[in-house]
Amino acid sequence: MPMTQRQALEVLLHHRTNRVVITTMSSAGIWPQLSDTPLDFTYIPSAMGHGPSLGLGLALAQPDRGVIVVNGDGCQLMSLGNLVTTAHHPANLFVIILDNGHYEVTGGQPHAGAGHVDYAAIARGAGVQRVYSFTTLADWVAGASTALANPGPVVIHLLVDALMGQKTPKPPRLMAEQIRRLREALGVA
Amino acid sequence: MLDGPSVAAALKSCGVTHVVWIPDTELGAWNAALSATDGLSLVRVCREGEAFALAAGLWLGGRKPIVAVQCTGFFEAGDALRNVLFDMKIPLFMIVGVRSYYAHQQGATPDTCPVFTEPIVSAWQIPYAVLDNRSSPDDLANAYRHCQAEQRARAVLIAE
Ligand SMILES: [Mg+2]
Repeated sequence: MPMTQRQALEVLLHHRTNRVVITTMSSAGIWPQLSDTPLDFTYIPSAMGHGPSLGLGLALAQPDRGVIVVNGDGCQLMSLGNLVTTAHHPANLFVIILDNGHYEVTGGQPHAGAGHVDYAAIARGAGVQRVYSFTTLADWVAGASTALANPGPVVIHLLVDALMGQKTPKPPRLMAEQIRRLREALGVA
Repeated sequence: MLDGPSVAAALKSCGVTHVVWIPDTELGAWNAALSATDGLSLVRVCREGEAFALAAGLWLGGRKPIVAVQCTGFFEAGDALRNVLFDMKIPLFMIVGVRSYYAHQQGATPDTCPVFTEPIVSAWQIPYAVLDNRSSPDDLANAYRHCQAEQRARAVLIAE
């Protein structure tokens, strides 16, 4: 049985260390309840599908820091090419793909390829060498430490439950404030 | 006249750290010089929307990136640039190649790129200047410095 998104993120919380965590779409509604430090960046309002690209830029700018991007499956499908870009520019970037087969923030509609897309195979085909896939909570709990160890780039596919009728998540604070405190925490303000 | 070495030197003199790009025929001629310039990293992406988001990440992390793409990719990247320029309010500098610019002026091309580039850049409320074969690397550097002084996104359109 797949894990819930909340369970998946609770495991991540134990292993994120001092890395920046960028959340998008559904995860952005849950993560601030688990962690809401200046290094937690809720990417809302976003450009659809571009969370991993934002994270890659940040990881290239701050090579010692490390960046974790929690992406949705629908988001990843909107910009599959960013996996190729990630492989081409090695950085400590960890892209987690929450695979529930649905666009959740729009209320729960299947996306193209739901249940058929092999994200781990796509990531490997894009040239990412460290790729992991976990389909149960027990396996994710057991493998998270290895999967989230440096160096990146790493792609982690997690099979999670789909929730229907969800509301579009709201960010915990305005974008300007998020940017200000993140840059301050990174020492670049 | 803008060529690879003069563009690379101009960007370096401005303190630009990264050029995030997908080249077109004209910009592509700068590849060797941009790749070889110390202190300047050329970041190759697969689609232009990625370029805007990746540049935003670099800027969040304290670097000074610019984006260089063809107008075709600029058209494609609308949502990404809207997010970076207006949601995140990042003062990003862009170089946009305008395909068939000269041929269009002479009425000698069916290419619709020049018809739409300037209206679309204006629609996104991005101040811009057209750099043509009379322009110098100083014009490019001045446009970048203007962008930084105002802390507002700005573009130069390269006539092709
Ligand atoms: Mg989904």
